[in-house]
Amino acid sequence: MEELAASKRGTWWQERAPQIREFKFTLYLLRQSPLVVVGFALIGLFIGVALFAPWIAPHGPEERFWQLPQQPPSWEFLFGTDTTGGDIFSRVIWAARLDLAIALTVVMSAIIIGSVLGSVSGFLGRAFDEILMRITDVFLAFPALILAMAVAAALGRNLTNLTIALIVVWWPTYARLIRGQVLAEKEKLYVDAARAVGAGPRRIIFRHVLPNSIFPIIVQATLDLGGVILTAAGLSFIGFGAGAGVAEWGLMIADGRSYLFQSPWIATFPGLAILFSSLGLNLVGDGLRDVLDPRLRR
Amino acid sequence: MRWWADVRLRHYVIRRLLLIIPVLIGVSMMTFTLSHVIGDPVAAYITSQEVRLSEEQLRKIVVAHHLNEPLYVQYFYYISDLLRGDWGISRTDSDRPVTESIQHYFPATAELSMVSMIFALALGIPIGIISAVRKDKPADHVTRVFSLVGVSMPVFWLALLLQYAFYYQLKIHNLPSLPSGGRVDQFVWLDHPLKVITGLYTVDSLITGNFAVFFDVLAHLILPGFALSYVFMAVFVRMMRSSMLEVMRQDYITLARSKGLSERVVIYRHALRNAMIPTVTVAGLAFGGLLAGAVLTETVFSWPGIGRWSTSAIVRDDIASIMGFMLIIAVVYMLANLIVDLLYAWIDPRIRLG
Amino acid sequence: MKTYFYTYAGVVRALEGIDLDIYKGETVGLVGETGCGKSVTSLSIMRLVPDPPGRIVGGEIVFKGEDLLKKSEEEMQRIRGSQITMVFQDPMTFINPVLTVGDQVSEVITLHQDLAREAVQTKMDEIQEKVAQIDPSSPDRQRLMERVKELETTRDNPPKPSKGEIKKAAMHRTIDMLKLVQLPNPEEVVRQYPHELSGGMRQRVIIAMALSCSPDLLIADEPTTSLDVTIQAQILALLSELKKKIGASVLIITHDMGIVAETCDRVGVMYAGNIVEVSETKALFKKPLHPYTQGLLRAIPKLHEDVKNLEIIPGSVPNLIYPPPGCRFHPRCPFRMEICDKEFPPLLEVDPGHSVACYLYPEKKR
Repeated sequence: MEELAASKRGTWWQERAPQIREFKFTLYLLRQSPLVVVGFALIGLFIGVALFAPWIAPHGPEERFWQLPQQPPSWEFLFGTDTTGGDIFSRVIWAARLDLAIALTVVMSAIIIGSVLGSVSGFLGRAFDEILMRITDVFLAFPALILAMAVAAALGRNLTNLTIALIVVWWPTYARLIRGQVLAEKEKLYVDAARAVGAGPRRIIFRHVLPNSIFPIIVQATLDLGGVILTAAGLSFIGFGAGAGVAEWGLMIADGRSYLFQSPWIATFPGLAILFSSLGLNLVGDGLRDVLDPRLRR
Repeated sequence: MRWWADVRLRHYVIRRLLLIIPVLIGVSMMTFTLSHVIGDPVAAYITSQEVRLSEEQLRKIVVAHHLNEPLYVQYFYYISDLLRGDWGISRTDSDRPVTESIQHYFPATAELSMVSMIFALALGIPIGIISAVRKDKPADHVTRVFSLVGVSMPVFWLALLLQYAFYYQLKIHNLPSLPSGGRVDQFVWLDHPLKVITGLYTVDSLITGNFAVFFDVLAHLILPGFALSYVFMAVFVRMMRSSMLEVMRQDYITLARSKGLSERVVIYRHALRNAMIPTVTVAGLAFGGLLAGAVLTETVFSWPGIGRWSTSAIVRDDIASIMGFMLIIAVVYMLANLIVDLLYAWIDPRIRLG
Repeated sequence: MKTYFYTYAGVVRALEGIDLDIYKGETVGLVGETGCGKSVTSLSIMRLVPDPPGRIVGGEIVFKGEDLLKKSEEEMQRIRGSQITMVFQDPMTFINPVLTVGDQVSEVITLHQDLAREAVQTKMDEIQEKVAQIDPSSPDRQRLMERVKELETTRDNPPKPSKGEIKKAAMHRTIDMLKLVQLPNPEEVVRQYPHELSGGMRQRVIIAMALSCSPDLLIADEPTTSLDVTIQAQILALLSELKKKIGASVLIITHDMGIVAETCDRVGVMYAGNIVEVSETKALFKKPLHPYTQGLLRAIPKLHEDVKNLEIIPGSVPNLIYPPPGCRFHPRCPFRMEICDKEFPPLLEVDPGHSVACYLYPEKKR
């Protein structure tokens, strides 16, 4: 019995050996480009700050020093204080948490919804597929921010609705992506072979389509995380999403706008935070896309 | 065969135009649905003056606009209203009909967007080519960082920074500064009234020889135009670079070189046209981003365009304006993509077959 | 000539010493398996090896008495397309899809040829055509005839033509070239795009491009590999015919011994980056000297014999980053000797006109 268990474990690793080699090769290629490494560092910083916010931030997000509004950056308040005396440094850190949470929620939900709809559409084909494609066309007929604006306006202006609005905006991209993959795989000969052996559509999706789609999804998701952060910030800036006082980067910039000339730091630092988080994500997304391009893997 | 005489091209164009129709219908369905979710549909037909209405008056409005009938009937009336030109009343904009508001504010946005786009294209494409041709050399690295920052930066933040630097900082140091907002200076406007023809102040002032206004308008366009175009340009540079790299690896480039053509000719005659194909497609999509960015930029620079109008409408739950805005944006975006597809067919003769 | 590729995995020694002569008017074949460096050779001759990662690291290429490796890029550009030209393997990918056939062929002509005389001739032809259509009694006719006579006198000392005239003249020549490669309806083809033509037709277009300036050397890199067998024969016949007409030398690169047998005067056999045998075609087939050549010829199934098994050469092509020391074939050679892994055997002339690089054959002549 023991021998059986041991040998089984051995073969699992052996079976996956080529994929593991590919993965290691991917990591090697990624290490080559200094820009990608910087990107990873930035993302790491972003996630780290978001995760460890309660321990890093000197003050809570709601803490206010009412007697010290609009202070320029100093040793006590690294990024200065805002109009209500909140420590900008702490709030930027807390906002990282919020924005990361929103971005992850949106992208993951969009992936799930999009994948389900996309794969069903790809498989069923014909009427269902046509209808779904027209629906995605309608959603994609609007620029992201604007559609999100309308949906958020319709639902009511709070953070949950903001998230929902963004999910509504982002799912069509993934639906199309997965549908494309399913269609491409359907054409491939080995699917006919699998069908001949009696494999049903579910098996085909899981064993063939998904493994091949993982990479493009990861690339798209990384880039979209950055896009969602930018859009969410934009929406908050205009007045959606976060209610007054919440630590959210876009909202903080909006707050800083009224006193832009007297206290420019209020708007500057949150903006820098958005810039670096988004930059990191874009760098890595680009790097991944270059690396996973089969033609460049020589 | 001259491309415009190409029958297949005409078929392609017609097919493309027909495809718009179902999407437009879908879009109208979406605005219809949304407008019924935002607040009370009755509100769309109440002007800002009529805040307190009696039961009787409310009932009249409900009947007049078929608001008590089944949804599909309402949709029918909605569509016929839209087609007739009745898009509702804009509470935000002094109770003007929405169509009038759009007509009033659209040129400002159009002017800003077009200037940004032209600027972005004029700079973005050559920079992208240079970046690709000098891959991995310093010029390439600089452009890559430049364009990456461009797509990662929130446009409204950039707008604020520009305002701070080029308006405030210059002003307090007693240097000539760029204006902080608006399309044109009130005093210049009063002294040299502009005959508005197209609504595009640059064009109008040039046509009527009103140079005072022309230069003033240009000055006002610089900061918002730059903020908006930076992001757009960044997208372009990246796309151009990647598609040029892709194209330069192709076999037909080797053939072109084997003919003895200079590298310059190879790049501009053979590679560029092929590289433009995916770039043009991206341009259409990026244009949507430009429209979205316009909304944000208009807010920062107090630009009297439809973006700013829509944000104030949303704050006031002015359904009619919001929906009007959505519709017009969708239409413009679709037109832009249509133009892109046509360009695509012009550049790539293979498309005309499919 | 030596060409190396510097890749992240190591230095690929693609060509480790190619020694080949091509004489005027002859067709030389270069045979070898895929990956032995044939294409790299052709690109190296034209100095089109992509510079990162490849580089010609040694040797010389003597063309018409001059070493091409010492020439500047501008000088090379003048030679490419006019004196040395290339026909490529896959007409699908080697032709630019967004330009018309006419544009692509005429650009070579416009680049390398002085079309002044041609421009004058074209104008004369145009007028002649118009004359043929006009009523004989009209006074215009007289005028036009005089114009033709006028132009005739300038023909030998033609004035510099305008851009439009150059274009027309080039297009004229292009149509002539397309006729030469036996394309039907050249006037129409000129305005068509590559994807509207079949593979064989596209290859003819590439040949037209290559021959339009009457080159001294035409390098054909696997010109028929991606075409149907029937088209193959046509293209090869076309190449022989045109080569004779123009008086060019041809270097045909192929892996197909059949093509070699049919078209080549002399043959060079390549293995893993070296030339291992050179001889006249007939002599090679009759008496192959190098063990690799023997293996190649044995591997071809012969219709007239009853063969039970297909013969193969055991082993596989070596990794060119870490090539075997000495003779690169020695791991697979049935006649391997002590000396074979020490140093690469020099290419020596063993019979008149027949050289081989193998320690089996001591030099017979000096």
